[in-house]
Order: sequence, then C-alpha cells, then structure tokens
Amino acid sequence: MMNREPEQYSSGEVLAPPTERYTVLGWLKKNLFSTWYYTLLTLVTLYILYIVLKPTLIWVFTQAQWQVVVVNLRLFMVGQYPTDQIFRIWVALHLLAFTAGLAWAIWLPRARRIGAFLLFIPLALAALPFISGFSRINWIIFAVAALIGWGLGTWKPKAMRRPLLVLLLAYFPILILLILGIEPILKIVKTNLWGGLLLTMLLAVVGITVSFPLGILLALGRRSELPIVKLFSILYIEIIRGVPLVTVLFMAQLMLPLFLPPQIKIDNVLRAMAGIILFSAAYMAENVRGGLQAIPKGQSEAAWALGLSGFQTTFFIILPQALRNVIPVLVNQFISLFKDTSLVAIVGLLDLLGIASTVLAQPEFIGKQREVYLFIALIYWVFSYAMSYASRRLEVALGVGER
Amino acid sequence: MNETSVPFWRDERVLQWIAQIVFLVAVIFFLWYLYHNMITALAQRGLLPSFHFLSLTAGFDIGEHLISYSRNSTYGRAFIVGILNTLEVSALGIVFATILGVIIGVMRLSTNWLINKIASIYIEIIRNVPLLVLLVFWYTGVFLQFPRLKEAKILAGPTIISNRGVAMPWGKPTATWHAYLYVLLLGLILAAIVWWRLTLIGKRTGRMPLVTVWSTLTFLGVALVGWFAITLFMHQAPLALDTPEIKGLRTVGGLELTPEFMALFSGLVFYTAAFIAEVVRAGIQSVSKGQIEAARALGLNGFQTLRLVVFPQALRVIVPPMTSQYLNLTKNSSLAVFIGFPDLYSVAGTIHNQTGRAVEVTTLMMAVYLSFSLLTSVFMNWYNKKIRLVER
Repeated sequence: MMNREPEQYSSGEVLAPPTERYTVLGWLKKNLFSTWYYTLLTLVTLYILYIVLKPTLIWVFTQAQWQVVVVNLRLFMVGQYPTDQIFRIWVALHLLAFTAGLAWAIWLPRARRIGAFLLFIPLALAALPFISGFSRINWIIFAVAALIGWGLGTWKPKAMRRPLLVLLLAYFPILILLILGIEPILKIVKTNLWGGLLLTMLLAVVGITVSFPLGILLALGRRSELPIVKLFSILYIEIIRGVPLVTVLFMAQLMLPLFLPPQIKIDNVLRAMAGIILFSAAYMAENVRGGLQAIPKGQSEAAWALGLSGFQTTFFIILPQALRNVIPVLVNQFISLFKDTSLVAIVGLLDLLGIASTVLAQPEFIGKQREVYLFIALIYWVFSYAMSYASRRLEVALGVGER
Repeated sequence: MNETSVPFWRDERVLQWIAQIVFLVAVIFFLWYLYHNMITALAQRGLLPSFHFLSLTAGFDIGEHLISYSRNSTYGRAFIVGILNTLEVSALGIVFATILGVIIGVMRLSTNWLINKIASIYIEIIRNVPLLVLLVFWYTGVFLQFPRLKEAKILAGPTIISNRGVAMPWGKPTATWHAYLYVLLLGLILAAIVWWRLTLIGKRTGRMPLVTVWSTLTFLGVALVGWFAITLFMHQAPLALDTPEIKGLRTVGGLELTPEFMALFSGLVFYTAAFIAEVVRAGIQSVSKGQIEAARALGLNGFQTLRLVVFPQALRVIVPPMTSQYLNLTKNSSLAVFIGFPDLYSVAGTIHNQTGRAVEVTTLMMAVYLSFSLLTSVFMNWYNKKIRLVER
C-alpha cells in the first residue's frame, strides 16, 4: 500500500494503460509535434540537419581520401618507435588486457554481457582489412589474454584478489620498463622516439600517476594548521591554476634546463612530462581537497579520541575515505589531462596531434587536413567518451554521494 | 599539571614551529639552488635577467593589432599588442559563448525529443575532443578551405568570404563621431539613473519593474534620438557605411576578419559553449519542481515564474562554475599560437626566439595571465556575494 504511484492519489480519473505511451504515433505526437510551435521547431530543425548532414556524409563516404590514415597508421599509433621493438608495446597491452579481465571477473562478476561485448572489440580490430598480419595476431592474443584473466578470476575469485592488487600497483613501473627498456635485456628506446597515441597515453598516465602523491601532499598542506605550509600550498596551487598549461610547458621547456645543474641533460619529452606533472598536481590537489572536505569532522575527532596520532589519523582514517570519494573526479581529471596532452604539440613534441603535422608534410598527402584531423579527433573522442562513460558507471557502482 | 612539566621536545606547539621552520629552510634552500643554477647558466651565456630589452626595437610584424604597431616599435609595445589581442578574443568569446551556451543548455532541457538529442549529441562530441584539435581542424579544414579570393563567395552587403578571411560592411567614424560619443555617454548616465530609480521603487513597493529592459530602452532611445539630431543639425551621420571590395590580391575597406581570428574565436565559442550548456542545465535543474509549482499556484505566469523564481535561484548555482569557464576560455585563448593568431603567448614566443630571454618572457607572460585570472575571480566573487541567498 505504501509504494503506490503518487499520481494515483492526485488524479481522480482512471489512468490510461501504459502501452499507449509506446505507440509510434503517440510518441511522435508527444515528443515532436505536441504544439504548433514545437511542430514548426521540429520541421525547421530537420531541414537544418538535412542541409548540414547531407554534404558532410557525402564527403565522408565518397570524396574523402582515407588512404592517408591507412598508410600512416603506425605513425599515428606509436610514432618513431623502432619497428623491431613494437612487440614490447604489445606485451604491455596484453598484460593490461589480462589485468582488466581479472579485475572484471572479481569486481563485476555479474556484468558478463558487457564483458563479452568488450571482448568483441579487439576481435573486430583484428578483422580490419588494412592492418598488418602482426597486428592481427596481436589483437587476437589481446583478446585471449583478457579471456584468460577473466577465466582465472572466475575460477578462483578469492585467491586472485591479492595478485590482482599487486598487478595493478606493479603495472605502471612494468609499463615504463617495457616501453623505455632496461639494458641488457631490452634495448633502451629513447623518449624522443616515443610518439603518436603511445606518447599521448604515456604523458597522461605518467602525469596522473606522479601528480597523485604530489596532489595529496599539496591538499593536506592547504588544509594544514601550519601557516607557512598552508601559504606555500595555496600559492603553488593558485599560481598554477591561474596560468594556461602552455605557459607551464613553455617554462618547462626553457627554464627547466636552466634550473638543473649543467651535468644533467633532459630531453624534450621529459621536460614536457615535468611540466604536465607540475600542472596536474595543482588540479589534483583541489580535487583531493574536495574529498577531504566531505569527511565530517567527527571522524578525525573520533580518531583523536581513540589515541591515534595526527599522522595515523590522516593516513588511516581521513585519506582512505576521502580518496574513495574522489575516484570519479580523478577519472574526469585523467580525461581532461588526456585531452590536454595535445598541447605538447605546441612545444614541438610528436604526440598524436604533433604526428598529424608531420604526416601532412608528406608530399603525397598535402591538403589532406580534414581527413587527418578528423581521424585524430575521432581517436581522442573514442577514448575520452569511453572513459567518461565508465566513470559515470563507476560513480553509480561506488555509490558516491549516497550512504 | 603545570605547563613546564611537558618537555619542549614533546610540546606540540614547539614541534609545529620546528616543523615549519625546517620546511621553510628546505624550500628556501631548494629555490636558492635552482636560482643559483639558473644564474650560473645565464651568466655563461651573458643573459643575466633584466627587462631592458623591452625598450629595444622589435623588428617583426604582427598581423593584427588594436593599437598602432610596426616593425619599428619596441618589444614592450609588441607585448601590449599581444595582451590586447588576447583580451579582444577572450572578451568576444565570453559574450558569444555565454549566449550559445545558454541556448544549448535550454535546448538540452527541451521536451522536444529532437532538439534535446541534438543538444546532447553536440555536448558529448565537443566535450570529448581536445580544443587544440578542434581549433586546428576548424582553421585548416574549414576556414582555409574557403574559395580563393578570385572565386570568393559574395553575400548581400557585400560580405566577401574567401580563404583570406571575411570582409563585411562596417561603420567608419566621420567628423561627428566625437560628438556622438558624448551622446552615448549621456545615454549611459540616463540609463543608470533609470536603473537606480526603478530599483528603488521596486524595493519600496515590492513589485519589481523590468529594470534591465527599461534602462536598455532608455539608452537605445537616447542613442537613436542623438543619431538623428546629429545627422540633422551637423549634416553628417556619426558613422558612414564602409563597404569592402576586392582590390588585386586582397580586400579593402569594411571590417576584415582574418581566418586565424575567426577560427580561434569560433573554436573557443563552440568549445566553451558546450561546457556552459552543462552549467546552465545543472543550474536550472537545481531549482526544485516545487518552487515552480508554488509560483504557478500563486498565480504567476510562465514568464514571471522564470524571471522571479527560477532564474534568481538558478543563478546562484550557475555563477561559480561559470566563472571557471570564463577563466578557462581566457587561458585557452593561448592555444592561438598553433594556428598563427598573434595573442600574448604567440607574441611572447616570438620575442623569446629573437632575444633568447626565456626567464623574463616567461615571468611577464605568467604574470599577465595570473592577473587576468585574479581580476576575474575578484569580480566574480563580488558578484557572487551580491546575488547569494541572504540567510537568517
């Protein structure tokens, strides 16, 4: 009796059967043609859509020459990374797929259908007509690795929990070692050879990972009761947030070499990374501070009352709760960082956008700006959209904001 | 239980001060170390920091300048040209992005399915693509692909559209323009008086008149009457119509907008509008439905409900995130360098290339951007305080 629909109280009439809402004509009338000005609006909008979309679609499917993308696919993906070392990137990807499969089985055991759909993506990529046989095989291995991880997680979910956490924590150093290499096992690939989507991804991943601890320290500093520490944190955060990222990158490019002692030489990519980390730390600090502020004061008072020290209160009581709350925000920061890394093209790095300019300089592809820029916009879009979709789901799954 | 029983190395206040002093010393030492390295490196190159270079002759051209500038001007003046260009594109961008953003935000809330979907697809596409990619695509893929000047598209006016930019008719100040400026000033003063009086009346009677509408009408009325009065008595209109025409390889006359400016401007507007639309949507949705129902129950009509109930409450939610969008737009205008629009960052980069003065250029540039940000936040905080909910 308690959970009756509220309408049943308010309206005296008998409600229409719910199926009526779903008839095509009824739907059209309700959503597109309910009043005369809505009808007008709908018709005008349809006309504008027709005018805009028709030439666009004709261009995309008949006039555009996508050859430029197909020929330079490797450049777009990994830049100048040595061809005989590309297997290392694949190994990193397979490990990622394995970890993701394991995590999926343990954390989302019910979402089998979406998992199966995701598994379909690498197989679809393997079926693309214009990629090399090597890539084709690797996409299949990728799918198999994910499947193995998933199978292992389903088989022994309890026992696999700890290996999964270890794998997640170790993934970042393993990734860097694989891509950069260690003598004498793997040949060192200098950072100035990193390029394309690989560089874009690495800049974002390194940026977010390294700026994370820095951001936590700055956030704690800003909330600290020590005036000097607080002032320093506020100054740093507000100055960095008040200037555009390009100026920070400009500073990192030109002034970092001056700041360091002359024996230390760092190349363009490392300088840009430093700039991105410094920039990202300030934003990270503000996000973490938001999480810290959401923790009620009673928590720290209770911890004090139990006899925990200030250090213990912060690191065992406050931070774990605060960080759980900011996970979705951190995903959003990662997305905007992922997009912002395109700015390194301004300081001359060959990331996804920077590579596009070099491709356009090839004599046989002059004047193909539309195709090239649309293609890289699509790549950025697919990744950002997928991540923001996942973060929205994560928010629901974590139950942030509801208790 | 007296205080002396606690030894000083366990006294929390003492420990805190020691920690701070250690921290301060470490920071100062670290900064000094960086500074020392920098000075050593600069001294080797003979480039010790000084701002004297600002008075030297720049020797490079800047495509667009709001104040007079030539290659014989100083670096300092080049810098100011860059600042003004940044301000110009940001100010215009903010105005138009707000208008477009509000429209899309309202579309996003429409009950018309098509309008709603178009708005949300627009937002999802724009927000997930980097601005820089959007700008480059817009510049090289759209504005530079316009027909050459020979085959230029000429619209009514005439407005000439080509890959050299857009030229359109524009007012050109005549001899009476100066007198007209005084008329406009008078109009502004009158509008302010109307604003003040009507607000006073509104506060006294409790029925707020349409303050903005009436004062705008006052200003427009004075401007219109002044225009005809001056044309009649001084025998020359304050502005003469200046139409563009094609002369050889370029257009002459009217208002000329370069492709760089238009790509930057429209890119910034389209990009920021998507974010503003989400801000507006969240703001309007934050007003609870009960408020609207209550307003209707009190007998307010749709427009009154919007103006007196929904809008003032939504504004409180909208203003803070809107501020950061405006700041973002101003900061994002620095991406202009990638498509060759001479904004502050681009000019600063050229100055650095010519003089090699990295430290000074970086400092100046950052100081300017920082003061933009600070000024905007000070203004928006003031405004935010003004419209905030007065609680008991």
